[in-house]
Amino acid sequence: MTEEKVGVYVCHCGHNIAGTVDVEDVAEWAAGMPNVAISRDYKFMCSSLGQELVEEDVKEYGLTRIVVAACSPHMHEPTFRRACERAGLNPYLFEMANIREHASWVHTDDINAATEKAKAIVGGSIRRVMELEPLEPFIAEINEPTLVVGGGIAGINTALEIANAGHPVYMVEREPSIGGHMAQLDKTFPTLDCSACILTPKMFDVGNHPNITLMTYSEVEQVDGYVGNFTVRVRKKARKIITDLCTGCGDCWSRCPAKVVDDVYEAGLGYRTAIYRPFPQAVPKYPVIDVDTCIYYEKGTCKACQKFCPTDAIDFDQEDEIVVLNVGNIVLATGYKLFDARKVPQYGYGRLANVFTSMEFERMVNASGPTGGKVLLRDGVTEPQTVGIIHCVGSRDRSYNQYCSNTCCMAALKFAHLVKERTGAEIYNFYIDIRTPSKNYEEFYHRILEEGAHLIRGRAAEVTDAARLPGEEGKLIIQAEDTLIGKQRRIPVDMVVLMAAMEPYDDAVEVSHRFGIGCSEAGFFTEKHPKLDPVATMTDGVFIAGACAGPKDIPESVEQGAAAAARVLTLIGQGEIEIEPIRATIDEDRCSGCRICNNLCPYSAIEFVEDLGVSRVNPALCKGCGTCVAACPSQVIEGQHFTFDSIMAQIEGVLYDRMEDTERVTYLGSQPAEAK
Amino acid sequence: MASNGKPKLALYWASSCGGCEIAVLALHEKILEVADAFDIVFWPCAMDFKEEDIKAMDDGSIDVCLFNGAIRNDDNEHMAHLLRQKSKVMVAFGSCAMEGCMPGLANFTDREQMMNFIYHDSPTTDNPESIEPQVITEVAEGELRLPAFWNTVRTLDQVVPVEYYLPGCPPEAKWIEVAVGAILSGELPPPGSVIGADVTVCDECPRTKSEKKITRFYRPQEIIPDPDICLLEQGIFCAGIATRGGCGALCPQVNMGCRGCYGPNEGVIDGGARLIGAIGSVIEGRTAEDIDAVLDTLPDPAGYFYRFSLPHSLLRRVHLVNDNGRNVAQPIKEVPRLDPSLNE
Amino acid sequence: MPEKNYSEINPAWEGRKPVIVGFLCNWCSYRAADLAGTSRFGYPATLRDIRIMCTGRLDPTFVIKALREGADGVLVMGCHPHQCHYDEGNYKAMRRMALLRRTLAQLGVHPDRVQLGWASAAQGALFTETVTAMTERIAELGPLEWRDTIEDIAPRTPSPEIEEVAHGK
Repeated sequence: MTEEKVGVYVCHCGHNIAGTVDVEDVAEWAAGMPNVAISRDYKFMCSSLGQELVEEDVKEYGLTRIVVAACSPHMHEPTFRRACERAGLNPYLFEMANIREHASWVHTDDINAATEKAKAIVGGSIRRVMELEPLEPFIAEINEPTLVVGGGIAGINTALEIANAGHPVYMVEREPSIGGHMAQLDKTFPTLDCSACILTPKMFDVGNHPNITLMTYSEVEQVDGYVGNFTVRVRKKARKIITDLCTGCGDCWSRCPAKVVDDVYEAGLGYRTAIYRPFPQAVPKYPVIDVDTCIYYEKGTCKACQKFCPTDAIDFDQEDEIVVLNVGNIVLATGYKLFDARKVPQYGYGRLANVFTSMEFERMVNASGPTGGKVLLRDGVTEPQTVGIIHCVGSRDRSYNQYCSNTCCMAALKFAHLVKERTGAEIYNFYIDIRTPSKNYEEFYHRILEEGAHLIRGRAAEVTDAARLPGEEGKLIIQAEDTLIGKQRRIPVDMVVLMAAMEPYDDAVEVSHRFGIGCSEAGFFTEKHPKLDPVATMTDGVFIAGACAGPKDIPESVEQGAAAAARVLTLIGQGEIEIEPIRATIDEDRCSGCRICNNLCPYSAIEFVEDLGVSRVNPALCKGCGTCVAACPSQVIEGQHFTFDSIMAQIEGVLYDRMEDTERVTYLGSQPAEAK
Repeated sequence: MASNGKPKLALYWASSCGGCEIAVLALHEKILEVADAFDIVFWPCAMDFKEEDIKAMDDGSIDVCLFNGAIRNDDNEHMAHLLRQKSKVMVAFGSCAMEGCMPGLANFTDREQMMNFIYHDSPTTDNPESIEPQVITEVAEGELRLPAFWNTVRTLDQVVPVEYYLPGCPPEAKWIEVAVGAILSGELPPPGSVIGADVTVCDECPRTKSEKKITRFYRPQEIIPDPDICLLEQGIFCAGIATRGGCGALCPQVNMGCRGCYGPNEGVIDGGARLIGAIGSVIEGRTAEDIDAVLDTLPDPAGYFYRFSLPHSLLRRVHLVNDNGRNVAQPIKEVPRLDPSLNE
Repeated sequence: MPEKNYSEINPAWEGRKPVIVGFLCNWCSYRAADLAGTSRFGYPATLRDIRIMCTGRLDPTFVIKALREGADGVLVMGCHPHQCHYDEGNYKAMRRMALLRRTLAQLGVHPDRVQLGWASAAQGALFTETVTAMTERIAELGPLEWRDTIEDIAPRTPSPEIEEVAHGK
């Protein structure tokens, strides 16, 4: 075996590191570590000159392993791995020592402490790099079809972009129709164009696209595999409708005697029947039978829909169907749900009749909604004379959600306009700050101001029907501090609209597990990088778009949908992808078959081979987390690149100044006596 | 070699129970072959030799020394040095010499606390005059000496270099035969080798194993185990998953969980840590409270995990604190519980 | 944050400061530490961290090894429950750490020396707070110095003469 030669490079990163860490001292110290053949400090290691320095040294001095002490491996590990590769070194014989984020930037006022810590980190890396083994990346082929989960505006755009590029797409939507929240809206800000008018054609395209297989009223149950090769189990819930026969004529729902409150599409403001199509423009056109409210399933008789169906398309015995899809990429565009305004009792939603949520109001102003587009109080006849609109309900509030819900300011301004347009009522908006940062949004805000809406800067404290002052009887009184004039105000109104926050769905965490991606504390899916990689996730081949990753308005969701499609198309175009070879392997000759590891794997990558009595890792499924490695009581599972020996060596390295005069571990067995 | 051409063999017991000596005798009729093949020069348990006889021998003149027992006192240590000096090949014979075994459990305490308990505080002690053994006692006939008791039990290889290890409490006859055979044939494994299996007890355990999920542990008296199913899966602590095989899974075959006497598997540095990793992997519970509830059914985990291997583990013994020049053991009495804030 | 004089908290620190070995998961806590850096959140220079892919990879041997080789404490940090990049690795770490801390307590390692915590990639501040709080706790507990335990430095025999006698010198 040839002698190992380690090259150590300590980066100044301008002043970022050198300002706090004595980089010359670290480099000089590193030169004295075992196996270190060369140790340098350099201004900017990530510059092309810095990278060339490594490459030249590898050639000139025959370096076999490289340590770069600079920034986080999440920043430049790929950069230096490529440099190693160019120099003819296996890229996995490189180790990054993070002395910037983890040392110089956090110990800025103590050069001694920062330098000492930098040495510990570099010491760990030098010991670790000696234990690393050359690895070859796996090549995974990319299956052409893509799965898009969620048929809102983000998902629709993703699907259309990919399908239009000529690749097959499966779209899975939980509800009976695609369209999402956008289909519920009347007008869209700031242009005030009709939501349905711009959405319906896109929905139609999805429903009729030769490359799109639409699966509504369906949910993803299980996802296995990895980028390029996912196996997805989809449950198609029984519609109780034979879609091949159904023409969508509507004879069934017009005859259905069961009327139920429509909590989904009509936001609880209107009714639907037990057999229903959520809205006239629904795609697909087929209705579904809601078995929870259908009289037949409760009492065993009725079947009105079946009697009137001209094509015999009703099938009460239809059962759920499981479909297994093989796809190369997945885009999650699962959207958001509205914050439950009942959680803010002081605003009285659910208790005071004329307090409405923003989505109820959307349905009210929608021409196809329950009031036919009229703004009416809960009695269904009275037009309000004054309307209060309360911003930031359930957002920008530590008790509920700390984040800004992003879209509500503009929606509230839009509401102010619509109320004015439909009723001429006086409008009071209660806001903390008005946030209108996108194109033409600020202009829209000024337009609303000019239309005469009153904007009061102050979070509303309370909505009450307890009249105290003249003119308050029979009204809802909004109490708020007007922070611009520094006075408490009580504004009597007829109607209150609560701008409820956008929240992740309750099952967002579960969904994130199912797809193997991260999820923020609030429940929004985590992007790979919030700035530089906003639609990718930590899991290769799984992308996110739209409000499932955080509150977004329509233009942003559309952009993200298209961006996710672009990322997918890149992978499809490449045809294959390199996967990091960080995997677990079992030494089958020494596996005793205890089966401790068998049910630990989150990806079910470990199978027990009965006839051999050993466990085996399927490298295609393994993602290298190492939980089985830590569990193996025989210590015969090894985690590549994070091997037992490499971490043990790193521990000794980081404790370089604590280890002196301490005898080394005596291995029981395998080590020759002289080595002890 | 002796003048008769036979290799010279020494057997010695340090801090041990004598079981290893019996294990040698358990070779049954093969013991005659051993006696025939070797020139036994030292075996205090069975034959009348004196320390002086060994001292008189040339350095390295003993071909093989089978040394059993841990290093508990200065006499053990002295004999280890002496026999090392006189022997070409030193074999740590049995669990005590190899990894500390039962004597090593004393590393959960210290000398002083042990003496106090044994000679004063134990419920069955009747010692009205508070007599304690002394290293030197003056009597009319002169000075009596007892070996000085160390604070910490050590293994043979922590005192002198060791060529081979023969695990087990005691080692099974078949592995003694393998060792003896290897010595006689001269086909010795590389120095530092453990003469034994490189798989764990599960490999030879006939019980059916499947995926494991432990919701609580049972002490042996609390449950009648199913004779065919993995004991661990039934909640009975069994160290077999992390214990070097070679014994033939003797204990699990009689419904007792493996105690771990063959020590950790080949290449493992700390057998207790492996058991923690493995057992910690298969217990149930997704909240701090639930996990602690499962673990409350496993009292004395360190005793289970380091029953045989404490002196040879990474930490070797309970923490010592210097108390006026004496090193005193300081275990934490309170059972640590997980912080419920980890649930969020 | 200027270096504290730890010997004011516990005189046994004379001449050195606490050393904590950290095991941070690649996806959450390591990135939280990165974010603490990017945000210039200062914390005591006591933590020496090692990146592992997941807290599920944390072999208890690593913790014990660090304590033996001179660390005064070990901090393991992973993703919050439900947020593990590998689904459940943090739960596995929690179970193993529970068992490890019980075992180590019997061996005299105070449970506060071996801590488990969570920080998401967005929680640089929480990471900073955790390291600071743990450093303060270790400062109170004093140095561990397992080396002294291993070597059992105090006299093993009642007196040197007896050692000579016993060894037949």
